[in-house]
Amino acid sequence: MKIVIVGHVDHGKSTLIGRLLHDSGSLPEGRVEQLRQAAARRRVPFEWANLMDSLQAERDQNISIETTQIWFHSAVREYVIIDAPGHKEFLKNMVTGAASADAALLLVDAHEGIQENSRRHAYLLHLLGIRQLVVLVNKMDLVRYDQEVHARIVSEYSQWLRSVGLVSLAFIPISAKEGDNLTSHSPSLPWWTGPTVMEALDSLKPHLAPESLPLRFVVQDVYRFDARRIIAGRIEAGSLKTGDRVFFSPGGKSSEVKSIERWASAPNSTAEAGESIGITLTEQIFVERGAIGAHVESPPYELTRLKARLFWMGRRPLQLRSPYRIKLAAQEAECEIERIERVLDASTLATVGTPGAVSKVDRHEVGEVIIRTRKPVAFDLAEEIVATGRFVIVDGLDVAGGGIVIPDAYPRIRHDTQQKSEHIYWTHGKVTTQQREIRNGHPGCILWLTGLSASGKSTIATELERQLFNRGNQVCVLDGDNVRHGLCSDLGFSPEDRTENIRRIGEVAKLLAGYGVICVTAFISPYRADRDLVRKIMPEGRFIEVYINAPIEICEARDPKGLYAKARSNQIKNFTGVSAPYEAPDRPELELRTDILGCEECVSSIIEFLNAFAEAWGSNAGRI
Amino acid sequence: MDHLSKLENQSIYILREAHNKFEHLAMLWSIGKDSTVLLWLARKAFFGHVPFPLVHIDTSYKIPSMIEYRDKLVLEWGLNLVVGRNEPVLQSGVTYPNGKATRVECCGTLKKDALKQVLDQHGFTGVIVGVRRDEEPTRAKERYFSPRDKHMEWNVEDQPPELWDQFKTDFEPGAHIRVHPLLHWTELNVWEYIERENIPMIPLYFSNEQGMRYRSLGCAPCTVPIRSNARTVRDIIEELRASRTPERAGRAQDKESEDAFEKLRRDGYM
Repeated sequence: MKIVIVGHVDHGKSTLIGRLLHDSGSLPEGRVEQLRQAAARRRVPFEWANLMDSLQAERDQNISIETTQIWFHSAVREYVIIDAPGHKEFLKNMVTGAASADAALLLVDAHEGIQENSRRHAYLLHLLGIRQLVVLVNKMDLVRYDQEVHARIVSEYSQWLRSVGLVSLAFIPISAKEGDNLTSHSPSLPWWTGPTVMEALDSLKPHLAPESLPLRFVVQDVYRFDARRIIAGRIEAGSLKTGDRVFFSPGGKSSEVKSIERWASAPNSTAEAGESIGITLTEQIFVERGAIGAHVESPPYELTRLKARLFWMGRRPLQLRSPYRIKLAAQEAECEIERIERVLDASTLATVGTPGAVSKVDRHEVGEVIIRTRKPVAFDLAEEIVATGRFVIVDGLDVAGGGIVIPDAYPRIRHDTQQKSEHIYWTHGKVTTQQREIRNGHPGCILWLTGLSASGKSTIATELERQLFNRGNQVCVLDGDNVRHGLCSDLGFSPEDRTENIRRIGEVAKLLAGYGVICVTAFISPYRADRDLVRKIMPEGRFIEVYINAPIEICEARDPKGLYAKARSNQIKNFTGVSAPYEAPDRPELELRTDILGCEECVSSIIEFLNAFAEAWGSNAGRI
Repeated sequence: MDHLSKLENQSIYILREAHNKFEHLAMLWSIGKDSTVLLWLARKAFFGHVPFPLVHIDTSYKIPSMIEYRDKLVLEWGLNLVVGRNEPVLQSGVTYPNGKATRVECCGTLKKDALKQVLDQHGFTGVIVGVRRDEEPTRAKERYFSPRDKHMEWNVEDQPPELWDQFKTDFEPGAHIRVHPLLHWTELNVWEYIERENIPMIPLYFSNEQGMRYRSLGCAPCTVPIRSNARTVRDIIEELRASRTPERAGRAQDKESEDAFEKLRRDGYM
């Protein structure tokens, strides 16, 4: 368990660590004695802090300039304690120390109260992805162990923490110097009934590798050893097994995984988040360092423009239109800052300058920026998949900033990276469907695409989405595989499960349509009764059934996922058109023959239909 | 995932980053437990191969069985070994064992300068080293990718930020980089891993007939064995769990002054 200790300079971090090590019996023999003697030689009082601050320069200046790590055990587990410097000038060292921690201890001096870095560090912890925090109100001995002083700090500081998105598990009153409330409850603080520092540490939860998330396999290198081509990398999220179809972004090539490679380890056909492995592929596709492997149904974004919150550590300020490089997972790309939306002073959260009119982010400031890259970059939102949602910016030769990708209107469409769109934000509260539709300029509805596997539903749906999106419409696609991955991951392909699958999708689509969205669904949805059920829950005219019609021979010849072949050889059971029925719609609003029409023509037909629909709806006709 | 697998996976990641980023890369192999574990991890990272040369700095004062063990593994594992020796100094005889140099001066010429010579001679721009943060407070300050300037000096006051496994990989011409894939391991982790992976270890680490063993290996004149009954890897693990004596207690050069080791490291010592 890695714990970082942060706080304003002189609020007692190193003293706390020295004392904790001593009180938990973790120090090497002779270490305290050695330091007592060294202090005596120099005729200075012995300080617990000297245990950590063992570099000459630190002893001279009495501040931690680097980040140091120390190991110790509690009765429960092993800890790595990272001492991060509190001095503002050494922020990059604090960030280095804190970026890899599972949790943080944040010290506040009871006597001095909350200071600039007490606030800045909390903000940065949040930005760095740390969510477990314990505040230690230190130097209680200097305020005569006064409960009111403690209460004041708790009230003021918890408010600040809330404003940056953090919650402290406790605010423990301590004196690191005297050892109060570190490993046992102190008689000097009889009013404190909460945990000791050690109890609080033992209650923290270790960081778990994100296995339940979608797969993100970051390619570090491609090796040709022993006449084999091994793609080496680390699984940052999710899990992978042989036989999986993996899609590589940027680039968009996909292949089945032939084998998972390890050396001197027991063979295992699966690999999980956190593992550094190699894979071989069944198909000869071009994959290079930087690519992110994902399952076909849940790819990352792949764009040349992303919105980020970043903190700047560079000697020179971050400036608009200057050349930088972004490093995200194993990708590197040249980039520039297209726009600085706002700049924050991380110790006050005050906006610096006039929002929209600032042209630089200074050292130790935090900026919300739009980054434009020279080539497409694959990424996720930090709040969804953290390892592929954060990056560093390199200025010249130096890593000068770190940032996280924040939500924006990112289309999940490949190679469509040129468009400029209005930002789409969800509105919450007392807003009606009608109000939303007036603002959108079009009605919300469900466009229900139904048809055999490989008839072209997803192709049409995603192209339709792109075109509508570019026209400024509110549109989304619910796709078969995506839903099967999450919302309906508990369902199989029996008639009952298919019915439940469609019912859930129908409900989700209805919600979206109620928010004014044109919700395009792309599911085989083979049973007439199931589709009619969705039609019934929708207001009149808001369910538009589109029959994507292609003869089964043609679908089977296309077979992009190799599913028909598997169904014919009985590897897949209950496969629509082969071993399960497909019931074509009786009276669809639209029928598109994809054996005759191309994707573009199909999309045009749908848009034509939607135009008529919007006109009938009324205001702002023609926005679709 | 258990803690050893976590450590292993992180080290493999770092080794692969280093191999990708530096064309002229070498790995220091002192024959000791750490760099032998590192060598094992390299074989894991590169599927049984070691795609860069190993550099052994031979001070000529190494314990003789270390050289035998080294040459045996080189043959068995098919390794590409480069041996570095500071011949001019060895010939001039200005070394610690004959009293003509202090311990720190001797380390400076026979190890540090020998390393610099071998790196220059082969044009290595990066060198992988098996130091760990828990060994010694100065090493605790290290980065995974730690730049050295033209003179191999380490500027500890101004190190690059290192976050989210994004390392500094761009340098001025002439600078070079130390890569430390074992930085986050402890001495106990190393032995636990040796046990799990069954990595062959030099017998000097195990207790001999006189009840003595080496805990840390260096040059014969400056390294003393400890009293111990640990005859197996398991015994060593048990011993370490109970011990509170520092690992480098048997290494005399650290004790010449309060900051002897720090000074050596600033100047380019491993």
